[in-house]
Amino acid sequence: MITQNASEMAAAVAAGEITSEALTQAHLSRIAEVDEKVHAFLHVDAEGALAQARAVDVARAKGEKLSPLAGVPLALKDVMVQKGVPTTCGSKILEGWRPPYDATVVTKLKNAGVVILGKTNMDEFAMGSSTENSAYGPTHNPWDLTRIPGGSGGGSSASLAAFEAPLAIGTDTGGSIRQPAAVTGTVGVKPTYGGVSRYGLVAFSSSLDQAGPCARTVLDAALLHEIIGGHDIYDSTSIDAPVPPVVTAAKMRNVKGLRIGVVRELGGEGYQAGVLQRFNESVEVLRGLGAEIIEVSCPHFEYALPAYYLIAPSECSSNLARFDAMRFGLRVGDDRARSAEEVMNLTREAGFGPEVKRRIILGTYALSSGYYDAYYGSAQKVRTLIINDFNAAFAQVDVLISPTSPTTAFKIGEKADDPLAMYLNDIATIPVNLAGNCAMSIPCGLAPEDGLPVGLQIIAPAMADDRLYRVGGALEAAFNEAWGGPLMNKAPSLTGGVR
Amino acid sequence: MISRDDVAHLAQLARIELEASEIDHLAGQLEVILGAVARVQEVAGADVAPTSHPLPLKNVFRPDVIRPSLTPEEALSGAPASEEQRFRVPQILGEE
Repeated sequence: MITQNASEMAAAVAAGEITSEALTQAHLSRIAEVDEKVHAFLHVDAEGALAQARAVDVARAKGEKLSPLAGVPLALKDVMVQKGVPTTCGSKILEGWRPPYDATVVTKLKNAGVVILGKTNMDEFAMGSSTENSAYGPTHNPWDLTRIPGGSGGGSSASLAAFEAPLAIGTDTGGSIRQPAAVTGTVGVKPTYGGVSRYGLVAFSSSLDQAGPCARTVLDAALLHEIIGGHDIYDSTSIDAPVPPVVTAAKMRNVKGLRIGVVRELGGEGYQAGVLQRFNESVEVLRGLGAEIIEVSCPHFEYALPAYYLIAPSECSSNLARFDAMRFGLRVGDDRARSAEEVMNLTREAGFGPEVKRRIILGTYALSSGYYDAYYGSAQKVRTLIINDFNAAFAQVDVLISPTSPTTAFKIGEKADDPLAMYLNDIATIPVNLAGNCAMSIPCGLAPEDGLPVGLQIIAPAMADDRLYRVGGALEAAFNEAWGGPLMNKAPSLTGGVR
Repeated sequence: MISRDDVAHLAQLARIELEASEIDHLAGQLEVILGAVARVQEVAGADVAPTSHPLPLKNVFRPDVIRPSLTPEEALSGAPASEEQRFRVPQILGEE
């Protein structure tokens, strides 16, 4: 039952074939069985999840109308607050902290009867591409436990690939939903900036951060997207417009006549051969489905990575100033003799890990007087040039496609102390965050050389998120037919036996 | 060129009491990272307008309506130390 899609699980609950409580218990058992190996979760809220599940069962018994995902379990990235449930952001500075309120996404999930199983592991404050920067140890990729599950949302993607949850919430500042989806053979969507509320999402880089849905199928992601999306008065940057028709689009399975652009700059040198092979095959599948394939050039994309590693650290150096040892979280060295500033300095030294310190210092430098124009100012200009590239591209095509990540999952430890090598993982995903439009990663096969999942990225203009689902749904259906079932059927069982 | 002293100064601005070994390690890494990201200057001409945010938003208002909010107990629930319904913090000003 845990291998079903979320939509199938919801249908079974609605039809009374299974209770949400039993479904939730099955996932809790799976977590107990495999999470020692995977380490997708930082906290499992068994009691809370079962209580939510029983509430759905009671509502159903009373004949109340259920939402399309009512009773289905979900894994929540630990960067989003849930009242009373420990939220650490993968950092020691928040160890033991229990938020006094729910994020808007959490409120929406609860209202829809989605059962929150627990909080998933992540790179500290979402800074990383491997989940190795978590202060609580790395998450392991269910396809090969010696490899990374992507990051920063590696816990969310791994929970899906390990069948510990059929749905998850991620956040994507530079690729943290899409790259983990790519390397675990799952589906991940970064909605249009402002499409999903950021209220209760612990801020890393406010002009880039975006929460979004993670699932094993395109339709499941769409159903989740529809629940969490929409305007929120508590987030002044949330867009006051209806959620694009993502569920309808996911069911269309038709790309005839759609103009699809292949981005010349996102491929070639630096990309693994097997990744390019699967990507090129996917292009031919889309052509076969009647899409018009056009090569598109986005000449400034090569400056996206450098711009991102100035803008994101700059914003983080400001956002993470709130971890000051005064109102919540860790406090170190308060002996009633030291000053507030000394306590602050000692707490931040003890509470932040190496990557977070690196980015705060880098951002402090980029924003400091004398360097501001050359670094942060120039990066902001590159942001304009990237938006212009997207505008020119979308004047010619309806969506753009590229590989999601230049490589498949690498070995844990391989790039741990080489920040630049690590940053390159996000080379194809970052332009979208800088421009604020939307993108999806879907599995497009296993790389021949290592047998690991490859992700294909679909990019659409702002508030045209439905196009992602239209292309993703059509491609997924074509792949499933060609492969004789979903790619996830080939994932290891993790228990030695039959899953 | 980013020196050891620069990193120590930046750490002070960022309120992080870095250890000497961390300063050495970071100085080398920042040098490499800054060398790579400085490329943004190649295309950032005077004729290009900067973008600070993907949405062109200005002064977003909402009606001023009273809504439920945190109780003092809830607001203080995560505080490292509290006293008389307030956050207790180490001294901020000197003796004088």
